[in-house]
Parts: sequence; structure tokens; C-alpha cells
Amino acid sequence: MTAPSYNFAYLDEQTKRMIRRAILKAIAIPGYQVPFASREMPMPYGWGTGGVQVTAAILEPHDVLKVIDQGSDDTTNAVSIRKFFAKTAGIATTTRTSEATVIQTRHRIPETPLDERQILVYQVPIPEPLRFLEPRETETRQMHALAEYGVMHVKLYEDIARHGHIATTYAYPVKVDGRYVTDPSPTPKFDNPKMNRSPALQLFGAGREKRIYAIPPYTTVVSLDFEDHPFERYRHDGACALCGSAESFLDEVVIDDRGGRMLVCSDTDYCERRRDAAGEGESAVTMDAQAQNA
Amino acid sequence: MSTVLELAGVSKTFVMHMQGGVRLPVVAGVEFAVRQGECVVLAGRSGAGKSSILKMIFGTYRCDAGSILVRQRDGAIDIAAAEPRQILALRRHTLGYVSQFLRAVPRVAAIDVVAEPLVITGVPRPQARQQAADLLRRLNIPDRLWPLPPATFSGGEQQRVNIARGFLSDLPLLLLDEPTASLDAGNGAVVVDLISEKKRRGVAVVAIVHDDDIRSSIADRVIDVARFATAA
Amino acid sequence: MLDQATPRTNPDADRPLLVAEGLSKWYGGRLGCRDASFALYEGEVIAVVGESGSGKSTLLQLLSTQLEPSCGRVLYRMRDGATRDLASLGEAERRFLFRTDWGYVHQDPALGLRMTVSAGANVGERLMSVGWRHYGRIRQAAGEWLGRVEIDEDRIDDAPSTYSGGMRQRLQIARNLVTSPRLIFMDEPTGGLDVSVQARLLDLLRGLVAELSLAAVIVTHDLAVARLLSHRIIVMKDGEIVETGLADQVLDDPREAYTQLLVSSILPP
Repeated sequence: MTAPSYNFAYLDEQTKRMIRRAILKAIAIPGYQVPFASREMPMPYGWGTGGVQVTAAILEPHDVLKVIDQGSDDTTNAVSIRKFFAKTAGIATTTRTSEATVIQTRHRIPETPLDERQILVYQVPIPEPLRFLEPRETETRQMHALAEYGVMHVKLYEDIARHGHIATTYAYPVKVDGRYVTDPSPTPKFDNPKMNRSPALQLFGAGREKRIYAIPPYTTVVSLDFEDHPFERYRHDGACALCGSAESFLDEVVIDDRGGRMLVCSDTDYCERRRDAAGEGESAVTMDAQAQNA
Repeated sequence: MSTVLELAGVSKTFVMHMQGGVRLPVVAGVEFAVRQGECVVLAGRSGAGKSSILKMIFGTYRCDAGSILVRQRDGAIDIAAAEPRQILALRRHTLGYVSQFLRAVPRVAAIDVVAEPLVITGVPRPQARQQAADLLRRLNIPDRLWPLPPATFSGGEQQRVNIARGFLSDLPLLLLDEPTASLDAGNGAVVVDLISEKKRRGVAVVAIVHDDDIRSSIADRVIDVARFATAA
Repeated sequence: MLDQATPRTNPDADRPLLVAEGLSKWYGGRLGCRDASFALYEGEVIAVVGESGSGKSTLLQLLSTQLEPSCGRVLYRMRDGATRDLASLGEAERRFLFRTDWGYVHQDPALGLRMTVSAGANVGERLMSVGWRHYGRIRQAAGEWLGRVEIDEDRIDDAPSTYSGGMRQRLQIARNLVTSPRLIFMDEPTGGLDVSVQARLLDLLRGLVAELSLAAVIVTHDLAVARLLSHRIIVMKDGEIVETGLADQVLDDPREAYTQLLVSSILPP
């Protein structure tokens, strides 16, 4: 029995053209959500179909693809999407951020700074930042069209009134190019500053909601805040146990039954590079030793 | 002294639609003039139309015919033909009216009820209240009553609050409907003094007064409105 | 105590603020309101009185551009002095007008408030939507307005779902007045409130209208409210304006049969 053969990157050429038109429109209007005819993909909604369709539409045979999920290359989701494209497009894949030309991500932006050759594709569940306060699509479209974003600041005001500070820690709303308020996808607010004036093209795909939006390279992206409660990056209480970085986003890992915890870089590639750069052997500490020192 | 108020050919008939459209003529051909500093008293039996004439001058009653000219610095306005806005402006700056009964607004303190006509013309509230206090004192309203809404006052006290309110600002034409009706002799005398002061300042006054003594103290002319009665 | 009531001394005050010209609305074959015309000036309050079905609510909706007229038009003098036909405004302009120069007080305060968001955010929302970005100042302005409508300032972080009916209505008023609008539309503002609460609200409205030189169109079936708050009254019956004049003229010297009926029907206090 012969294996089925796929068109390059699974989607047919007409579909790719439709998605590319949506992408071009999205790039022309930074932060604006462009509707597109989302296709049935061989994974269910909620597993990155939007991001996969965007990636499939832009891949070329010479591209090198990296896929991360929560910063890691080796979770089930990341692995299966990477294999999907290896099989249907035959392109090279990598775990090294610096070697990739297309990076598809769920919920994190890589720590390693990106450059002009690269495209970052975000997986987005709910593209509409106003949805929490306004359930009607007709109304949110009007609000974006008229730039009526008062309700966003109402939400931030409520946070400060209730908690003393802005309590939103992920999917923190941003204003793109001074015009559209956009949901950066459920990335931690720690990552928001990386979006501002990034040399890379940032594309966002929401499969279930059927929207694509984009932030062209070197576009200003500002996190919403108040003058007297300015946006602050989240600061961790420590450094990575494996590579010593105090600058990257850290995951808290439970290591034993006694509640022992360890902080490690969420971005696995970044952590490895740092350990390599620090030299072999020096950073090869065992997990147990770290736990004792923590 | 120039003429402040001039009525000519003024007439009024009530049509009572609730009683099958019956017509109640009140007055016809009302004609008189009032000069600065002059007090004209309207006399006549009850129901003859004295109050109605005052209300027509103030603009509350609309007249069926005739003209009611009020002269100001920059010309005359015919109240019978004026726009509502013009009448509102006249009431703010030119025409004052002290009715027989105080229409008490709930919750507003007596001193603010009195001060309001001044405040509306732009006088700062503290200053207006100060002047209101002086007048209330003259009218023998004790200061413990000033912060209270006048709805709970006695009839005489309410009347004096009403008078204070009408006399506080500097309006060139004052209409008074039985200003001393519920007052004792002492307070009645205070009101006579107030009216005399206004006259000396050049204010024109049209009043309805029943008490002969008071009438003779203030009136420069008495007009019996029976002349304006209509044939029923 | 509140500031003095200075009438707005500006040369435009002699031109009307809002003009209705022959406003009519048919719902299919049914008449909502016919041929309504009048002019409203700055600082003037007009009460539109009538019983159910008189067309007064339709008229309010037409004036505030929430309904499109079948014929006739509404003219409004914008802040820059230009008089515009409201039908010619773009959607963005119309919504901006609604948020800044106008207020609309609903009979049911829940329609005019965000019930699950704090009072401070409710009052501050208009400020935020016109660009205020300083939390402390927004909160302070909200607190001042709560004080002016006699809501305890320490309720600023409570949601209006925890408020009584009278408090909610006062909060709705504060929310509308925070951007210093020139024109307020009110639809039965005291409807459904207890008598003592009504008295307090009316007194508050009276004071604010005078102090801020607000122009207002108030729809009410209650003639006592009309007498207390308005300078002029329009009486409507079966979709038409039956009588109009100064408030004391209409109430003390009613000429039309229907007006006399209405006035005579007021229960004595």
C-alpha cells in the first residue's frame, strides 16, 4: 500500500494563496484581525491549527523550522507539529533559535533575540482582546473601527482598584503601531517588550476563530497601562538553576515529594546555549546538588 | 421718571374644557402704566381679577389680547407676545414676583431658597447667603430656622421667606400679591419699610393689598380693577 | 457647598443648542410621533409630559439619534459652534458626541451602568475613553463626582449591583456628567423610586442642572417632576404635541382640553 503523498506543507496551493492574501492584508494593517477561511486540519481545534495554517502558507523548501510549546522543543505538541511539517514539506527542522527561519510558538517568545531573516508564528486561541467585556462580535468590530478602547482601561482600572496593581499576567493587551489594540496570545507579559520593534515579522493565527493578524518588523508595540501604574516586567525571585540566567522567563519545577522546587529557563534552547557557552563540565551539576543548594 | 410697565387692551377669559367648555371671562381692556419708583395698588373685590393681572404681567397667565410692555435699558418687550426664553430672561433680571403662597421645594434650606434669585444672576453663593441672612434677620426669622426647609414653617414664616426671596435681588419691577396677608403688625411694618426702600431705589411696584393702612402707606395710585370687568 | 451658578456667558448662547424640525416617526402604519418641532437653548430644561402611548419616549429617542425619523430632522450646535444635522454625522462622530457632549439617563439605571464593574470604573470610563491615563487622577475625579451625587466615597470600589435603586440612579447621573456634557436626555429619571428617594434625586438634579448650566430634555408622566425641574413643558397626546409653554404657564393656565385634564388629575399632596 503506497503512502499518501501530500502537497508541499499539506495545504493545496489555492488555500495557501488565500491565506497569504490574508497575511498581506494583516501586514498592511498592523494589529487588525483579518478573517480567513480556516481549513480542516489533521489536528483538532485548540492544538494550533491557526498557527499551522499560517506556517504552511509561508514555508518554502529552503526554510528551517523550529516549533516550541511553552518555550520547549520537546513537548508532545511541539514534537508532533515539527514532525508534521518534516513529513509534508520535507524541510529541515531545528531546535536552535538562531538557526531557524520560521519559528512556530505556543505561549512564549524565544529568549534569543530574533533577526530580520526570521518569522515568528504565534498560535492564538481567542484573538479578540475585547471579548471579555463585550461578547458581541458586531460591537467589538465597531469598537476597533472607531478605536473605542475605553473598556480596556476600565479593566486595568478594576485590577488596580481590586488588587493594587494590574493583575493581568499573560495575554496582556498591547497597542500596535498606535492604532489597534491586540491580544499578543497567551504569552506571559514578561514577553511583551520583545514584541516592540522586533526585526522579525510576527504573524498570529487563530484557527477556530478564523482570524489572522500581523505585526510587521520594527513596529511599535506598547503595553497598555496608566501613567502612574506603568507596565512592569515580571521579575522572578531567582535565577535558572541550570544556566544561571536571571534575565529569562523561568518555570518553577517541583522536584521531590517534600515540595522542593527549582527554577529553570522556560526556553530550553536558550538555556542549552548558555550552558554550552559557559563551557563543558562547569554547568554539568546534578539536579540533586542544586536542590540542596536551593 | 420713565415708565417701566405699560398695559394696553389686555383681556383674559378662561375656557373650562372639563366643564363642557364654559367660558369664564376675567378681565378685558386692562390699561395702566407704572413709572420708576412708583407703587400702584390693584384694588377690588375678591375674584375681580387682581391676581390674574399680576400673573399676566409675570407671564404665568397668557392673555387673549392686548400688550404688556416692560421697558428695559435696551428697549421694550411685550410679554404677551414674547418667546418663552425672553420671559425667562425677564424673570431673571427684570421682573420679580412674590406670590401669596410659598411653593416650597423639598429639602432646600430656607436661606438657599432666599438666596437663589441672586445666585442665578451670578453672585457667588456665600455672598448671596450673607445678603439673604441680613434680610431674613430683618423679617424676624430666627437663624436657627435658616438651614431648615421652609415646608415645615408656619404660614407667616413661609410668607416672610417668600418676601425675602422676592426682595433680595435688584429687579426694577416687583409684583406683590398680598405680601402682608399672614403677617402681624410688626412684620407688616417691616414689609412696608422694604417696599418704601425699593421705591426710593427707583423700583416700580404693582401690589395687591387688602389692609387699608398698609395700602395708604405704600400706594402712589390705586386702581380699582372693577373698571376692567367684562360683561359676563 | 457647591460652586456658584454662573450662567455661561458666551455669544453662542443666543443660538439654540438643539432644534427639532417636523420630527415624525411611523412604525409601519402605527404613529409614534408626528411633526414635533421646538428649539432648546443652553441651560434650558424642557419636560415632555404625557401618558403612556403619547409618543414622548419616541420623541426622546429621535432627539438623541437612537431612532431614525421617518421625516424631519434634528439640528445640534456642536462645541465648535457649527450647527449640524445629526443625520449627517458619521458613526464615529455620533458615538463621540454621546460620550462627551451628551448624557442619557435611563429609567432603569442598570441599562446605563456596567453593573459588575466598580462605581469608580463606571464613573471613570468616559474619562478613560477620551484619553485620561492617570489612575490616581481618574480615581480622584470619580470620587469627587460620587460626592456630588451624594454617594459615600468609600463605596467607590463597590459594584453598583450592591447599590440601592436610588444610589444606582445617582451613579448613573454621575457617570453621565463626568465629561461636562451640555445636553442631558432623561427618561423618567425618578420612575420606580420611593417617594423620599425621588425627592432627594430631584433636588440633586435641580442643583446640578442649575450649577452646570445643563440643557435637558426630560420625559416624565409626573407633572410634579416637570414643575420642579423644567423651565418649559411640552404636552403630548397620541403622538402629537398638544400644548407647549413655560412650565408655570402650562400647569397654572392650561388651555387645551387634554392639558386641563392632566393638570386636574394631579392628586393633591
